[in-house]
Amino acid sequence: MNWRAQAMSTFLLGLVRLLTGAQARWYGCPPKAEQRIYFANHQSHADLVLIWAALPQELRSITRPIAARDYWTASNFKRWITTEVFNAVYVEREKKGDEDPLQPLIDALESGDSLILFPEGTRGHAEDPQAFKSGIYNLARRFPHVVLVPAWIHNVQRVMPKGEVIPVPVLCSVTFGEPVALGADEARADFLQRARSAVMALREV
Amino acid sequence: MGSFLRSLSPEQQVSLMFVLLFGLLLIASGAGVLLSLRERQHADDHTGDRAQRLHDYQALLRNSWLMTLVFWVGWAAGESVAIVLFGLVSFFILREFISLSPTRRGDHRSLVLAFFIVLPLQYALVWNQHFNLFTVFIPVYVFLAIPVVSALGNDPQRFLERNAKLQWGIMVCVYGMSHVPALLLLNFPRFAGKTAFLVLFLVLVVQTCMLVQHLVARRLRDPVAPAISASFHWRSWLAGLAAGGLLGVALAGLTPFKPLQALAMALVACVAGSFGHLVMKAIKRDRGVTHWGSAGRSVTGASGLLDRVDALCFAAPVFFHSVRWTFNL
Repeated sequence: MNWRAQAMSTFLLGLVRLLTGAQARWYGCPPKAEQRIYFANHQSHADLVLIWAALPQELRSITRPIAARDYWTASNFKRWITTEVFNAVYVEREKKGDEDPLQPLIDALESGDSLILFPEGTRGHAEDPQAFKSGIYNLARRFPHVVLVPAWIHNVQRVMPKGEVIPVPVLCSVTFGEPVALGADEARADFLQRARSAVMALREV
Repeated sequence: MGSFLRSLSPEQQVSLMFVLLFGLLLIASGAGVLLSLRERQHADDHTGDRAQRLHDYQALLRNSWLMTLVFWVGWAAGESVAIVLFGLVSFFILREFISLSPTRRGDHRSLVLAFFIVLPLQYALVWNQHFNLFTVFIPVYVFLAIPVVSALGNDPQRFLERNAKLQWGIMVCVYGMSHVPALLLLNFPRFAGKTAFLVLFLVLVVQTCMLVQHLVARRLRDPVAPAISASFHWRSWLAGLAAGGLLGVALAGLTPFKPLQALAMALVACVAGSFGHLVMKAIKRDRGVTHWGSAGRSVTGASGLLDRVDALCFAAPVFFHSVRWTFNL
């Protein structure tokens, strides 16, 4: 990381903590430097920043968030901040040609990084998260040794609702739950349903 | 002793007070370390109660260190830094208050107004000593501005409730708290440079009253309003007032008050503070939480900043205005 990215990272961390507290609650597992996929509910663009800020420093450097290419590369600043500060992995939201949209994620997992994933694919506006897309199932099949950690992000939509530019201070937290393992012959739909309820169960703890 | 104190300059008197405070804290921390060593030896007999009490003691101690350091920095760096520090406290307690009051999307602009315009303006008014405007700015102007911005947000659902909550938050967390640094700027004849003692007087008297009330309540049963507070009894309340009042008289020498005036002022502050604390408890009960602060921590029993300063938020405006009329400042 160059000094500009370093400064930006420090500034962002300070800002996020001042506005939201960015409290991590390790409810079902300890923060541990093993290869993991954190998957969480998605209600705001700030989700990515919040979960990044909630991780401890040691884990933050080995954990890469997934960012939608069309949104996060729309301007030079967004592209710079996602590559240099968050070290994000870009994915295409729409499938182009016969290229596997999961390929960048597979590359990242093969090189040993942990990932932050929003399996709903897009931001939801309802109370409950939308149905999960199957990407997380495919990754779990392919990388059985990677630990799947569900997370629930509280309150972020209140910090900056859609269409607003100024964030307001509201305490937010990220609750990390007990890891979910894919059964040897578990069907795709069952697993996705189970993963979604694991995330939703964390809302109440 | 008295003549020695009087021979010191105001600066020296304040410094002496801080030396004493830090000395007491050092002794208390030393005792804490010794206690924790004893805890190690008795680790095998599993008395969770003792460990819990030790834990509480350490939390209280950390809190006291922090408060004393904040006051010291505030005094050493001058009034402007003190005003900024209290402004930050306001910001954090308003954040806690808002986090537990559900708001809707239509409230976003009102929240921006509250945090980024009303709060800094109120403290700027304190800074510039516009005492007349500072006392009416929030109750008169902001009272109207907040619902106007909310109404423009085009969301009628639970409109009165949402706005009432926000206005309450601003009144308690910004308006109330801003009266503490305002004390620093009061112009008492022959008391220049020593108004820090007035802040200390208020904080010590109110916190002592709350502490004594809490300790006495432990031994009592049948609280007055069990649905709201399990620890509010008239007897413990009177004991708290008595302790606050006595401390007020004892500290009269530090303030511009005569002993009887000090007693009256201390009682006024304690009554306002203890009832304010009870009212904040009722709000917490309504929200179904035991403490302000983030969700995760309230479960473990540690509390938010607002839990510790709410009595002060209610006591400060009442104290400030009582002092101003009594002395025609």
